[in-house]
Amino acid sequence: MSGPEGSIVQFDNVGLRYGTDREVLSDISFTLYPGSFYFLTGASGAGKTSLLRLLYLAQRPSRGMIRMFGSDVITLPRKGLPAFRRRIGTVFQDFRLVPHLSAFDNVALPLRVSRVPESEIKKPVADMLDWVGLSHRAGARPATLSGGEQQRVAIARAVIARPEILVADEPTGNVDHDMGLKLLRLFEALNRLGTTVVVATHDVHLLKKVPDSLIMRLDKGRLSDPTGALRYPPRRPARIEGAFG
Amino acid sequence: MALAQVIRRNQPRFGGERTGLLQQARLGGPMPWVIAIMIALTVMAAATGLALSNLARNASAEIAGGITVQVVEAAPAERDRQAEVALALLRNRGDVAEVRRVPDAELEGLIEPWLGEAAGTADEAIPIPALIDARLRGPVTAQRLEALRAELTASVPSAKIDAQAGWLAPVFQAISSLQWLAIGLVVLLAATSAAAVWLAARSALGSNRDTIEIVHLLGGTDGQIARIFQRSIAVDATVGGIVGLLLGLIALFLLGRQFAALGSGLVAGGGLGLVDWVAIGAIPFTGVLIAMLTARITVLAALRRML
Repeated sequence: MSGPEGSIVQFDNVGLRYGTDREVLSDISFTLYPGSFYFLTGASGAGKTSLLRLLYLAQRPSRGMIRMFGSDVITLPRKGLPAFRRRIGTVFQDFRLVPHLSAFDNVALPLRVSRVPESEIKKPVADMLDWVGLSHRAGARPATLSGGEQQRVAIARAVIARPEILVADEPTGNVDHDMGLKLLRLFEALNRLGTTVVVATHDVHLLKKVPDSLIMRLDKGRLSDPTGALRYPPRRPARIEGAFG
Repeated sequence: MALAQVIRRNQPRFGGERTGLLQQARLGGPMPWVIAIMIALTVMAAATGLALSNLARNASAEIAGGITVQVVEAAPAERDRQAEVALALLRNRGDVAEVRRVPDAELEGLIEPWLGEAAGTADEAIPIPALIDARLRGPVTAQRLEALRAELTASVPSAKIDAQAGWLAPVFQAISSLQWLAIGLVVLLAATSAAAVWLAARSALGSNRDTIEIVHLLGGTDGQIARIFQRSIAVDATVGGIVGLLLGLIALFLLGRQFAALGSGLVAGGGLGLVDWVAIGAIPFTGVLIAMLTARITVLAALRRML
């Protein structure tokens, strides 16, 4: 079965349960299109993180169908997953930085995993650290960074490889207002380059900062579509050259 | 200072550069020492097995075809007469390569430690059989021995004939058992080393689980992660292998000196040749290969249980 024309992600009747507990996600169906900006909202415990885990392929659903980049990822052999994961950038809620690596090496990790030659790593990583205002902390280990600094390193790591989908779990939760806005501008810039952005947040003020964004609302594991944008998504150009950098 | 810290650790890499992705100390720890001890013991067991093999081969070649004829006659004159007949009979046979009568002085020297100096004197307090040492062409089979016995006893009624290999058969069986013991020890030590590496790899996997999960989610493959462990264990095994080889060689040197001091002809046949030393030198390399293979199999098996 192929997804709707031009879609990058398609969830169809997806359910997720952990062990024998009740489903934490039920009957989730939506389609994401390239170059769109989505906010995933909902109260604590609504299932935002679980849905994001399905999106960044850390979890397989208990039922339903998920297609990404035109392929059914449910039946995809395990050895095929890394190639898909490299096309997804993830900002984890708890940052998940490698504790014994410097900020520089943490940001460089996705490039090294993708076997980018070392000579082509130094400059983009330095630029990215500069962009998030952490050039002076490039050699610092995560334990010596503040919560906000760790979050910026996590975001830099998520976007350094120019992913096709960026999935961020509460990315502005630990930074001040100005830095939160700056990070949101970074996401928008990536989005203008064609990256599909999915930001999970419970901060309703954030939703207004990105006018063209679409909203997915989770309530007790079920998805609602308050703007109708998931059923009737507005079409937009997939890529605007020169919008970033 | 831990052995693992003495050397410069081989940092794992993605792409082309060192990244120190895993905390190496956790993977290393006592592992180089464990491998060093295992390699030292393996070197000693293998050297023992090879030396025993050489000893058995040399001794076997030395006594192959050897027979001993005893003329057990109490009267000295009659004993000498029968001995001369036996000597003449053996010399005239085409299948006898060498034959000699063991001189009385040599015989007296052989029994002196047990019976004292007076045992072989002319007054013959204790009669000593005349001994003839002969070497046949080709192996001594039961049929050849029986035919020779029949021919000898027809002319020399007091003659008793034995194959020299027969006397040493229990010794060869004991040597063979020791050889199997050495082989068993080498196999057990290899298995124990692999088990130690398995445990270390499992432990390192546990302590680096979060990092491994992150690498997975960033698109890292099982092969990339397994290679990090392989490199780390290869460093540990190489250091351990070199140290273990040196320890084993020192032990062999000391043991060799002790055995050389015995001055026994049998023990002297158990020296090690060039091929043996090459085989012993290959033990650390084999150890490194086993360790790397074990680490890879362990890590890949564990990773397969993750998504």
